[in-house]
Amino acid sequence: MIGGLRARRRARAAVRWATLATFAVALAFPFYWMLITAFKRTGDLYDLKNSPFLFHEAPTLEHVRFLFRETLFLRWLGNTGLAGLAVVAITLLFATPAAYALARLTGRWGERIGIGVFLTYLVPPTLLFIPLSRIVARLGLQDSLGSIILVYPSFTIPFSIWLLMGFFKSIPRELEDAAMVDGLSRFQTFVQLVIPISLSGILTVVIFSFTLVMQEFVYALTFISSASHQTVGVGVPIYLVRGDVYYWGSLMAACLISSLPIAILYNVFLDRFIAGFTVGSVK
Amino acid sequence: MFLPAMLYVAALVGVPFVLAFLYSVGDVKVGSRGYHFVGLANFRSVFQNPAFFRALENSFIFTIASQVLVLVGATILALGLKDAFPGRRALRFLIVLPWVAPVSIGSIGWKWILDSLYSVINWVLIRLHLANQFSPPMWLGEPKLAMLSVILVHTWHMLLFATVILLAGMTSIPRDIPEAAEVDGAGFFRRLFQIEIPMMLPIINVAVLFGIVFTFTDMTVIYILTRGGPYDTTQVLPSLAFFTGILGSDLAEGAVISIFLVPMLVVVAWMMLRTASRAEVT
Repeated sequence: MIGGLRARRRARAAVRWATLATFAVALAFPFYWMLITAFKRTGDLYDLKNSPFLFHEAPTLEHVRFLFRETLFLRWLGNTGLAGLAVVAITLLFATPAAYALARLTGRWGERIGIGVFLTYLVPPTLLFIPLSRIVARLGLQDSLGSIILVYPSFTIPFSIWLLMGFFKSIPRELEDAAMVDGLSRFQTFVQLVIPISLSGILTVVIFSFTLVMQEFVYALTFISSASHQTVGVGVPIYLVRGDVYYWGSLMAACLISSLPIAILYNVFLDRFIAGFTVGSVK
Repeated sequence: MFLPAMLYVAALVGVPFVLAFLYSVGDVKVGSRGYHFVGLANFRSVFQNPAFFRALENSFIFTIASQVLVLVGATILALGLKDAFPGRRALRFLIVLPWVAPVSIGSIGWKWILDSLYSVINWVLIRLHLANQFSPPMWLGEPKLAMLSVILVHTWHMLLFATVILLAGMTSIPRDIPEAAEVDGAGFFRRLFQIEIPMMLPIINVAVLFGIVFTFTDMTVIYILTRGGPYDTTQVLPSLAFFTGILGSDLAEGAVISIFLVPMLVVVAWMMLRTASRAEVT
């Protein structure tokens, strides 16, 4: 009986491993493929007789060198970093006080506004991009980083408010009251007590807003029309292709370089990021 | 204190939202500031375009097919990942990659994998004698295969998101109920379909609703893999709106096409609020 149970358990573990391994291979394969392609010599890459899984000639850095020297890749990285910092700053500036106010607003109204904030997150770029492209043009921001710096906070702010509200709500009110009895103003309490306690929430907002600038595609494609003003997310898939010629080696190197760091960063914060989505619906 | 944030969002979400409706019944053009009400003229001309109905149909096929696949895959993955085991973190990193890497960049990786000449999938299929060496499948060049490809790539991208939501939901199920059922002799599938899945229904709801919104309104995978081709056979509403309104500069007709996303959003939002209020009651 006990032996049977143990065998069953072992069988179950084996099934689990086989299933998960299959998924992992299928899901991670494109990234493995980027890695192989990025370091293969051009002749090797385009020789149909060779097995595509192996290196038949020594690996090369030629594609990576081409990417950094001959293309706008570094420029795109810089643009992404700059826009990312600006979006993070705007998001924190608007979302933190709003989330705090909503967390402390008692009664039905706080909740209703909270739900309203959440619903705006569902309105997609593909519904708004046509009117927004005119608004952006009217403001003289077309074809500049300014356009996305202005527009991205329209979805980072609602999401961040939603996420931070949860953090602020978990701070006991008595703690704040005590601080105010000790002579701190509400603003001082907020800056000296509430923000330090919620630091991990704020950090999540920073990471979320920054990575969004890397991931967003539709708005950047719509508003920015010259290659030199693009972010990585549009620059790499659209402008690294010249005419119908694909520089697959450099293209895959660019893909790898722009996705790995954010993957590592994100992996650390994944649980909290998802909590932001589920906090309203799962108690 | 929430006023500045609300104004910011209202100006960049609320205002364009209203404008989208106004554009659809007006004569807006690139470069001119005038606006005249033209009634349903734009709608009429969109309805005369067969590409629109194709895109409408494709939007539903694309959304339903990829969400079914996501749901099945995510349930299996979440069941596999829910308990701690050695190597879980490393495995999770690999599984997380498709979601966190920018979609546009993941899609270009797939474009290379599905290339007409150098596709690694075809290389394997030919070696296994499952495909003809002289006419291998053109993954992005034949209408049916192209649709299948964009659905699979989108599923690949969305799978993790649903998985993690389901995982969060699973941890909130009290462990003793399925365990008691096991002691009572209920087998794995019986426990899965009669206890675990019904108990997870609210959270599955959330995952599916988010998935529908993010799929129905997205065009990234399609834009990069096929540009809606071949011959508009993989065009969906968002991509058609982009080609018409942004690249084709027909703002009014582009707005009309986008407007058709709204009914779906309203239904999803309503169902989400219902799910949320139910969770509060129980």
